[in-house]
Amino acid sequence: MTTEPIAAPAPAEDVTLPVLTVDGRGGNGDGRGGGGGRDGSTGEVPLYKRLLNRLVEANPTVVTILSIFTALIFGGILIDVTSGTVVHALSHIGSHPGRALSLTCTTVLDAYGAIFSGSVLSPTALGHAISTGQGWTGVFNPLSETCVAATPLILAGVGVAIGFRTGVFNIGAQGQLIAGSIVALYVGFAVHLPIGIHLPLVILAGAAGGAAAGLIPGILKARTGAHEVIVTIMLNYVFLNLLNYILGGAPFQLPGQTNEISQKMLSTARMPHLFGSTLRVNLSFVIAIAMAALASWFMNRSTLGFSFKVSGANANAARTAGMSSSKVTILVFAISGLFAGMAGMATLAGTNFFLSSGYGGTIGFNAITVALLGRNKPWGVVWASMLFAMLDVGGATMQVRTGITLDLTSVIQATIIFFIATPMLVREIYRLRSTGQGALQLFTKGWSG
Amino acid sequence: MRLELDGITKRFGSLVANDHVNLTVEPGEIHCLLGENGAGKSTLMNILFGLLHADSGEIRIDGAPVTFADPGEAIRDGIGMVHQHFMLVPVFTVAENVALGFEPTRRFGWLDRRSARAQVRKLSTEFGLEVNPDAVVETLPVGVQQRVEILKALHRDARLLILDEPTAVLTPQETEALFHIMRSLKASGRSILFITHKLKEVLSVADRITVMRLGRVVGSTAPAQTDEEALATMMVGRNVELVITKPPGHPAGTVLQLEHLTVSDERGVTVVEDVDLEIRAGEIVALAGVQGNGQTELAEAVVGLRPVRSGSLRLAGVDLTHTSVRQRIHDGLADIPEDRQLDGLVLSLSIAENLILDQYDVAPFAHLGVRNLSAMRANGDRALNEFDIRAVNENVPVGTLSGGNQQKVVVARELARRVKALIASQPTRGLDVGSIEYVHRRIVEARDDGAAVLIISSELDEVLALGDRVAVMYRGRIVGIVDPGVGRETIGLMMAGGGTPSAGNEGVTEHVGVSAGEEP
Repeated sequence: MTTEPIAAPAPAEDVTLPVLTVDGRGGNGDGRGGGGGRDGSTGEVPLYKRLLNRLVEANPTVVTILSIFTALIFGGILIDVTSGTVVHALSHIGSHPGRALSLTCTTVLDAYGAIFSGSVLSPTALGHAISTGQGWTGVFNPLSETCVAATPLILAGVGVAIGFRTGVFNIGAQGQLIAGSIVALYVGFAVHLPIGIHLPLVILAGAAGGAAAGLIPGILKARTGAHEVIVTIMLNYVFLNLLNYILGGAPFQLPGQTNEISQKMLSTARMPHLFGSTLRVNLSFVIAIAMAALASWFMNRSTLGFSFKVSGANANAARTAGMSSSKVTILVFAISGLFAGMAGMATLAGTNFFLSSGYGGTIGFNAITVALLGRNKPWGVVWASMLFAMLDVGGATMQVRTGITLDLTSVIQATIIFFIATPMLVREIYRLRSTGQGALQLFTKGWSG
Repeated sequence: MRLELDGITKRFGSLVANDHVNLTVEPGEIHCLLGENGAGKSTLMNILFGLLHADSGEIRIDGAPVTFADPGEAIRDGIGMVHQHFMLVPVFTVAENVALGFEPTRRFGWLDRRSARAQVRKLSTEFGLEVNPDAVVETLPVGVQQRVEILKALHRDARLLILDEPTAVLTPQETEALFHIMRSLKASGRSILFITHKLKEVLSVADRITVMRLGRVVGSTAPAQTDEEALATMMVGRNVELVITKPPGHPAGTVLQLEHLTVSDERGVTVVEDVDLEIRAGEIVALAGVQGNGQTELAEAVVGLRPVRSGSLRLAGVDLTHTSVRQRIHDGLADIPEDRQLDGLVLSLSIAENLILDQYDVAPFAHLGVRNLSAMRANGDRALNEFDIRAVNENVPVGTLSGGNQQKVVVARELARRVKALIASQPTRGLDVGSIEYVHRRIVEARDDGAAVLIISSELDEVLALGDRVAVMYRGRIVGIVDPGVGRETIGLMMAGGGTPSAGNEGVTEHVGVSAGEEP
């Protein structure tokens, strides 16, 4: 620098300083570079280098993958310390170090291998099928089961994700799922129609039931300002007990039963199998994928989806631009509920065919988890649901084959979400570079909603 | 204290925020650090105050090298900082705030309130600060709160005070009072590092001026050796028009008409009271006033974000008093909101998407509920050129742009369609000189295209530069509408509630304010 007085304009060469043109923070903050062309600043960095940079910076995709990886490591440690043989071998690590180390590894690999072969593909079954030409059902059954388990997660998860993107916290997927199931069930056993009309009607009934249930918190929030988290949590109990109530008598209860079991869906109301009756995967899975595609299109291409997105990202700006926040709130709850209702219908018409007390398990809550893991994007939710379904389905195989309890997979699922919710921790563990734009906070922002 | 910064360099990834910055502050000197937003001033001050750490370079105090791991160490070595946003506990008294963190205690840890009060009184008289130690901070005007911050630093025995954009929130009179305080601090041998981008202030108060641009020191000078134009050129790196040349307007018929407009805030307190205002086509009315006197609420009521309690609002004869924001946009009202990041933009969305935020569901950007993305991108591409928005392309998120370019996106969106009236709240807040020039020019162009323009600004320079007429607001009322020719002093006095100009003042063209006794 110069310390002598400068009263004259700075020299011209300073005008085109290239130093700060990379992001918007510098000086005039122009990404175009000082007077240069539009693509000036990024064009000079080779592609491979930019890709490499993306890999070591803490962007959401990298953090998600590392969260899953870290959770699997953590699960592995858990398997080792709870395994009697491994602990015993480790206590003799001084005399038999090789055996101790190999046991720690093989125990974990066996367990994860069992999960994989139970949920995706078993190499043994494949080998057997190829050599004998028989048993192909066994080869495809794990994948089929994973798809069946993923179906309701995808639907309910996409619904929750659309809510999150819009800035509303629909914790009521469980209740909406039950509401959709009840309506779909009624249409499924009480109405007699040919399959070409009956099945679409059942699908619509599930969607309508869920949407109607979603409208309750939506209207309450828009009209009275009631907090949607409280309302939806309470409504979950309402629908749970409503199901128990209607299962106790006519017209829903299976005649001649005292147990809380419903009538069965008529055959015209059931989803056709995709690959023959030996594999349980059915049309519901295709519907779930199609609905995810529709949701993706909806958020990106429809005007309504755009107003959802804007409201979620900045409600003030949405208001200033003339969008109606009450309209958005009511509609997003209806749509979120619609997806949850279809989730209940999908399993009912796909594999279950009747309702019983506790139907739906914890799908409505796992939907929140997969929405989070899928970064609230429909296709992200699909992958997250497949992963969670794999862990659930494969966990059973693992329990049978290795004796490790099924709860381990729940621990892994929870640990994944733990790391997803603490991106700063993941960044620290792997020494990732900060992107400096607060991109990571997007995961969990706004829970106080 | 003699402070030397020697070769300070700080990088954030590929961005060099400070590039070998050298700066020397002599004892008893008011040293101005001048630069646009993003020039690296704040980074440098954060390094000096121990909030950030330099990658290389050295800080020396009275010749001895020092390093600050955190602000506590900087304070211990005699550096005090008055932040732009005050760090005060609103419900505590002045004495409690000043003592906070360095509380004098008696036996068993009892707080010694009396000695804290005495301290405040002593410092306050010594430097002419005039602060009552027992006043609760939240009841004090902003200017006095700022003095409490200065007291805090003095109480911790600061020998170098950093004042970060201290005048942004002050009236012209309060600014003068602050300069007076600064001079008395200087007389006591303390050094002051004064950060600002207002050129007038620099010339009136500084002993020495250092100008930064793009992370580098581009020059150092003294007020006697320079003038506003030269400083602006150094700051921006090119010639800029400080005050735009504005041809006289050709006002036509009344377009925007406010009659007895009264507005309440969330708690039901009246914040805008019985305001009458008429703005004609082709005319700019600048609404002057210190922040918090109801201008924000008035603007929100006009654009439809805040309900009108009584009175009416008409745009080109159509009553809009109770219509929706959407309807008003449709009827030709444009709005540049006060806080572009809070209300004007969705930072995570692209430039192209932000440019159609209020047109997203009408042709050509949508058809039957389906968005036309290519029309949106074409529109974005056009706006980049037409409004000189500096970005790689129209698909980058608005959040990655500088403040000036973000504001250009807002301006481009609001002025792209034909507007009958434009409401612009603090349209150049936080912008650099170059962007201010640009935004001002666009607003004048909108006027010349026949729009009725209402500018709400707490910057007197802006009010005087843009306004064809100036309405001054104080405590929710318009206390007078004057010609900008009446001068800074008169308008400044009106902003401070110092009465409306006397009847003989020939600059007064109209007097719409309501006298005190006339309650609605």
